[in-house]
Amino acid sequence: MDWNLFVIQFINGLQLGILLFLLASGLTLIFGIMDFINLAHGSFYMVGAYFCATLTFLTGSFVLAALIAVGGVFIVGVIVETTIVKRLYRSDHLDQVLVTFGLILVFDTLVQMIWGPEGMVIPLPAVLDGQFEVGSMVFPSYRLLIIVSGLLVAAGLYVLVMKTRLGMLIRAGASNRDMVSALGVNINRLFMLVFALGAALAGLSGLLIAPITETNIGMGNGIIILAFVVIIIGGIGSIKGAFYAALIVGLIDTMGRSYLDSLLKLFMSVQNAETAAPAISAMLIYILMALILAVRPQGLFPPAGAA
Amino acid sequence: MNSCLPRTLSGIVYTGVIVVLALMPVFVQLSGQIFYLDIFSRIMILAIAALSLNLLIGYGGMISLGHAAFLGIGAYCVGIPVYYEIYNGWIHLALAIVACGVFALVTGAISLRTKGVYFIMITLAFAQMVYFTFVSLEEYGGDDGLVIELRSEFGSWLDLEDNIALYYTIFGVLLLSLFFVHRLVHARFGRVILGSKFNERRMQSLGFETYRYRLVCYVISGIMCGIAGLFLGNFTSFISPEMMDWTRSGELIFMVILGGTGVLFGPVVGAGVFILLEVWLPQIITFINGLGLGAKLPHELWHLIFGVTLIAVVLFGRGGIHGLLTRKKRP
Amino acid sequence: MLDILNLEKQFGGIKAVDNVNLHVKEHEIHAIIGPNGAGKTTLISQVAGELMPDAGQIRFMGRDITFMRPAQRARKGLARSFQITSVMLPMTLLENVSMAVQSRKGHSFRFWHAAANDRELIDEAVMALDAVGLSNRANRVAKEVSHGEHRQLEIAMAIAMEPRLLLLDEPMAGMGQEESMELVAVLNEIKKHKTILLIEHDMDAVFSLADQISVLVYGKIIATGGKDEIRANPEVQQAYLGES
Repeated sequence: MDWNLFVIQFINGLQLGILLFLLASGLTLIFGIMDFINLAHGSFYMVGAYFCATLTFLTGSFVLAALIAVGGVFIVGVIVETTIVKRLYRSDHLDQVLVTFGLILVFDTLVQMIWGPEGMVIPLPAVLDGQFEVGSMVFPSYRLLIIVSGLLVAAGLYVLVMKTRLGMLIRAGASNRDMVSALGVNINRLFMLVFALGAALAGLSGLLIAPITETNIGMGNGIIILAFVVIIIGGIGSIKGAFYAALIVGLIDTMGRSYLDSLLKLFMSVQNAETAAPAISAMLIYILMALILAVRPQGLFPPAGAA
Repeated sequence: MNSCLPRTLSGIVYTGVIVVLALMPVFVQLSGQIFYLDIFSRIMILAIAALSLNLLIGYGGMISLGHAAFLGIGAYCVGIPVYYEIYNGWIHLALAIVACGVFALVTGAISLRTKGVYFIMITLAFAQMVYFTFVSLEEYGGDDGLVIELRSEFGSWLDLEDNIALYYTIFGVLLLSLFFVHRLVHARFGRVILGSKFNERRMQSLGFETYRYRLVCYVISGIMCGIAGLFLGNFTSFISPEMMDWTRSGELIFMVILGGTGVLFGPVVGAGVFILLEVWLPQIITFINGLGLGAKLPHELWHLIFGVTLIAVVLFGRGGIHGLLTRKKRP
Repeated sequence: MLDILNLEKQFGGIKAVDNVNLHVKEHEIHAIIGPNGAGKTTLISQVAGELMPDAGQIRFMGRDITFMRPAQRARKGLARSFQITSVMLPMTLLENVSMAVQSRKGHSFRFWHAAANDRELIDEAVMALDAVGLSNRANRVAKEVSHGEHRQLEIAMAIAMEPRLLLLDEPMAGMGQEESMELVAVLNEIKKHKTILLIEHDMDAVFSLADQISVLVYGKIIATGGKDEIRANPEVQQAYLGES
């Protein structure tokens, strides 16, 4: 076995997991607190990537562009929340599904009208765009940066949710909405903040991946499903659940795609293994989800208080 | 109530739609607008699919966001046999029924254990699983899809290669589906499904095992949608995983809502309006641009209008088109 | 007919139902009274199967039903009404009651014949509506009728199931004096051929209906007996005088 390849695949899996966590943490908070299903969460992911691309060209600095872009997506989140989403917190899920589906169309079209149908490449600064060696192992720098910055954000989020007053309200809100309003908190402001924060995290996730994959229209529509799987597995409303589930899904998906065929070859003919492996690895995380749900319908870490 | 003639405005509109659908090929022959035969075939196929989804959403209160998977599985039940040179339509049909039935049974058994947002997301996830599975099946074209060389053969009495014969076959299946759903929702079974939507806890305390009834409803709906998929495959002669992308499921829901949930005829109207908008909006934009008013409208604009319509229908237009047709005038 | 043996249910640190033993005999009305928060609703939820007890056993017609689903119990002949009206609001009263009739006419995997014209369902549903005095409102939508009529509908649905045992959870809740009197008359009629486990706040109703009364305080049964026994019981007097 090629250990360097294994380590690189492991890093890729971690990186996918981290990106999923950034997407899923916002999504799970929005579900947990506002009971709102946001299909258009992936649109913030896309918008983050496009903002960052344009800003990188304007400012010449990827890092600066990334910081401004995250703020930009936060503002987009505020606008979407106050104009549309706010009206739907008390509606049934069907309405939420439809409106946010409509939002996807709107976002995809607007992005296409502004930036054109072609994808954009975000150039990385030389420091990040390479690899470094430790002994005989080679690591891609940028992917490690994604992992490290993602972990930092996760830690920051943990502090925010567990140690601050805002976090206390968020946690309380996830398990008991009425109680929070009973505390005399401006619930509308809290909801707006959580929604925009979730949007900004999704934007960060999108702009982090963009230098690797290029930006493209609808780039959020595929990964958002994985984020849904993550929060189902983790338990809706649980940040901790989202974190573990994101890493599990990221690793299983990546490792499955790389190693399932070698694994299957132990049991079946080479030809069968090569046909079956891609199909099975595509299904792997969904099978995992089904198994977890069969045992724990509320996910791995259902937030306390949610019956 | 006992008259065969429609009395209400909605009744008149729906009868009109059936008449228009029945006469469409004649119109096409006379006017030479062959294009519309295709459009209306497509409308009817999607109407059957939306009808099956309405059974879940409108009557059962089960919001599935993965219904396009059945459309895709149904289509591949034509595509894959044809790839192996099996052209017998009855085999295709049997395959579609079994494949969709089994898929619905397994995924339904898991998803129906959950409620609300979980159900929405799980149906979505399972559909995405099917999507990626077909993407990874290189043998059947993977991402690029599969061309269906010859359409299903149901015997010498029916030649689906003839577009008009295909049109009327789809029309017949649509009428059968409408009739079937009508009987179903008014029968005891439908009562239980409807009752479980309104108050599941009460239905259980009355002695109904709501889970079982819902699962059967899910399977019926999946099979119906699979049959629509079978015709979609035959109609387009080309299938790819793209047709079961989750945005397709979203469009199906849109059709159901547009027509009015829980209204028998709603999905037919919804599918019609949806497809016609899709066809006409770009034409209108091209037309406006052709007027030479200076600024050119970007062609993608129609997608934007589409999205905004969707949002507006939900925020402001309760009850869909059926709601508009039956709304009582305020004194 | 219904035997509750050593039933326990704990929420957090609070024992909502604490070692409850209760025996309901055929053809009697057994009432459970007790102050608010005494665990009456917890108890009835366990009998109906919506809550699983932590310990103990529930036997019905000689069979252990402790782990049966609510729907199974219902088909065995255990019908309940809800304290807070719980019906299919968009359906008519007749449709609501027909659902109850339908549930005991075997499975409902019947896909073809219209239930609305099904005499097998309608006739018995009308009879049940008649029994509670609602037959003239049969085609009204449940959402649009009054609170008192909702309470009557609850009873009609329960008796339409033709149960062996009726669990009535505060059937008079929120009713006026006059409406309560009417409902008492209805229940008096039903009681001739049904067994009833009644939870009720309205003392007048309880004392005019019940054959046996159990008093539940803080999850414990402190007394069981006939009306006079209960009236004379000092513990009961204390519990009630102290509370209300």
